[in-house]
Amino acid sequence: MTGDDSKHLPLEDIHVAAGARFGAFAGWSMPLTYPAGVMKEHLHTREQAGLFDISHMKLFEVSGPEAVSLLNRACPLDAGALKISQSKLSFFLNEAGGILDDLIVTRLGDIRFMVVANAGNAVADEKHLRALAADFDVRVEALDRVFLAIQGPEAWAALSRAGIETGSLLFMHGVEPRRNWFMSRSGYTGEDGFEIGLPEADARDLVAKLLGDERVLWIGLAARDSLRLEAGLCLHGQDITPEIDPASAALMWAIPKEVRASGTFIGADALRAAVERGPAQKRVGLKPEGRQPVRAGAALFDADGKPAGHVTSGGFGPSAGHPVAMGYVMAPLAKPGTRVFADVRGTKIPVDISSLPFTPHRYRKG
Amino acid sequence: MAKIYFTSDHEWLRVEGGIATVGITDYAQEQLGDLVFVELPETGKKLSKGDTAVVVESVKAASDVYAPVDGEITEANATLSSDPSLVNSAATGAGWLWKMKLADESQLAGLMDEAAYKAHIG
Repeated sequence: MTGDDSKHLPLEDIHVAAGARFGAFAGWSMPLTYPAGVMKEHLHTREQAGLFDISHMKLFEVSGPEAVSLLNRACPLDAGALKISQSKLSFFLNEAGGILDDLIVTRLGDIRFMVVANAGNAVADEKHLRALAADFDVRVEALDRVFLAIQGPEAWAALSRAGIETGSLLFMHGVEPRRNWFMSRSGYTGEDGFEIGLPEADARDLVAKLLGDERVLWIGLAARDSLRLEAGLCLHGQDITPEIDPASAALMWAIPKEVRASGTFIGADALRAAVERGPAQKRVGLKPEGRQPVRAGAALFDADGKPAGHVTSGGFGPSAGHPVAMGYVMAPLAKPGTRVFADVRGTKIPVDISSLPFTPHRYRKG
Repeated sequence: MAKIYFTSDHEWLRVEGGIATVGITDYAQEQLGDLVFVELPETGKKLSKGDTAVVVESVKAASDVYAPVDGEITEANATLSSDPSLVNSAATGAGWLWKMKLADESQLAGLMDEAAYKAHIG
């Protein structure tokens, strides 16, 4: 059980009634598993629809005449190039180009944006954004919302039965379907799905409707982690940190070419220098041979026994049917098929560099 | 006649003819969740009470299972290499972990019986 100082989800009573086992994550008491267990929860999400309470994550609304300028300063992003309802993965970087947080920025209107931040960084993100906002004609509002994700091939159908039409909304787009609601077609499982921020009373109503659908099951944080790892998605604090820049993290695809070349975002000079030098280590997928999981913190060695890198996330992939991991290796080794060795309690486990994701993404892109 | 003992680390031992069959309790497997790998010990390995005998790995984490008494491994449950989920489905039966020859049967006196273990987990 978690300490008294941890934050509690607004819908905690519903999770307790559903039989959740709780654990501490990023300062929150979070449902880790439900009675179905991590394995079934994971597979159910890939086969039908999983419902996740992600209210530990934070939504910020950024609005005002200089909202675009603020976001272009805060993130390696061309906010003005986003079409209304378009979402984009971006980052807050430090002056050294390290990743303070990864975020999803969605354009809601000409001068209005939604920024979704990770739980563990929410307080620091807000402080950072407000400090930057002082130089711009802009308003930053931290929204008080329940935040739900529904993920899996039946997610859209379950929402439709619950009275929420997702219509023509495509992957990485977000809209405001009702007052104080924000709904985007996105998620962190590799499946088609939606994230919905909404007031608590509306959330209770929606959850009751969704759980009345036999295709929908509550899914805990344990399966959320195995789903995102199979999907090759980074967990901030593990796979990306303030010490790692987007080039090392193999996330430069999230930064438009023109922004890389001439953007004036925080960390721009350092990032350009890092790209110029070429990263010493790169993030890669890791597929351990056999059945034994290789976990975060395990050291990696090359065939000659020289240090080759380390594992940042690792576990078992229920859909992949084998252990899955990701981590950082020396750049020359960062090619799919290269074999390295992980030290697990003194035994060297063969691990092959693998392309990501381990399970194909099934996003609805149109 | 076999006798069953329990430890505060949520292991069970079934002792017969100086050999203990050791596993984790149903309570323990429930806490761990779905197991995906069991690192088994080699036959002949000598263990002291408190040494790590087996590592059980769930989707999320690895956990040590300790030798509850001194002894020598006589057999490991090889079935678990291909089906670690047996520990979840039959923790006190087919999901046993290892067998060991007891070095000092008097150590058993420090363990719990089933009634005491049930009180221990509440």
